Amino acid sequence: MRRLFPHPVLTGVLMVMWLVLQQSIGLGQILLGGAVATAVSLAASPILPERVRFRRLLSLLQLVAVAGIDIIRSNIAVLLILINPRAEPSAGFIKMELQLTNQFGLAVLACLLTATPGSAWLEYDGERNTVLIHVLDLADKDEWIATVRHRYERLLLEIFQ
Amino acid sequence: MIDALPLWLAILVSVCVVVGAGLTMAGCLGLVRFPDFYRRIHAPTMGTSMGGGLILLASAIFFTVTGQRLVIHELVIFLFVTVTTPVTLMLLARATLFRDRIEEARETPPSDEAKD
Repeated sequence: MRRLFPHPVLTGVLMVMWLVLQQSIGLGQILLGGAVATAVSLAASPILPERVRFRRLLSLLQLVAVAGIDIIRSNIAVLLILINPRAEPSAGFIKMELQLTNQFGLAVLACLLTATPGSAWLEYDGERNTVLIHVLDLADKDEWIATVRHRYERLLLEIFQ
Repeated sequence: MIDALPLWLAILVSVCVVVGAGLTMAGCLGLVRFPDFYRRIHAPTMGTSMGGGLILLASAIFFTVTGQRLVIHELVIFLFVTVTTPVTLMLLARATLFRDRIEEARETPPSDEAKD
């Protein structure tokens, strides 16, 4: 089993994606999708660094909810800056140290921070485990770091580490 | 397929499309309006997060109701956009950081290697 399915999460996600794209859950599509997903995850396994493991699915759902709320909030915040002709956002860089070291966790955090308008993940230093973030409207550096720690990193640590 | 669109659906789908398109356009305007590179990279993510998300949501609702079966393959588009945007953005941002450090432009955070 382990040799046929080296990355069960990847196989599962590919299979679901196949069925969603085919818009069918017939037996034929399940078998075909299963075959494609197994073949692709076998082919991809030499370049994947480690297995993805979700430790707490509840935290994953919580993360999705938190990210959704934050995307809506930051969209509104950036929109308000944009439509105000006199707004001069005090942009700035933040360098923060992370506890998270899992590669997939870091990738998810990078996607989250970049997908929310108003913050962008610029540079990661794997040796020191620090990350450079650019924030559009930086009012309080420490508050920002605390937000990233409590809202995202805590959940990601629970899920991936 | 159903032919006549119920009013609530027409309103819901229109609101989603118009707000989504508006946010995407605001993001594009922001790209022009902001004064420097680092600030500019924030604006277009409005289009790839909520703007695109709302347009895709409208599509999913519309085709689910009119086709009378669940249509959710828009989710896959959203997933791909969300995963690929940061890759391009980081590539551009790191290239700019690299250039700014060499040119010693103001307000650029130093590289860690430079300190050693």
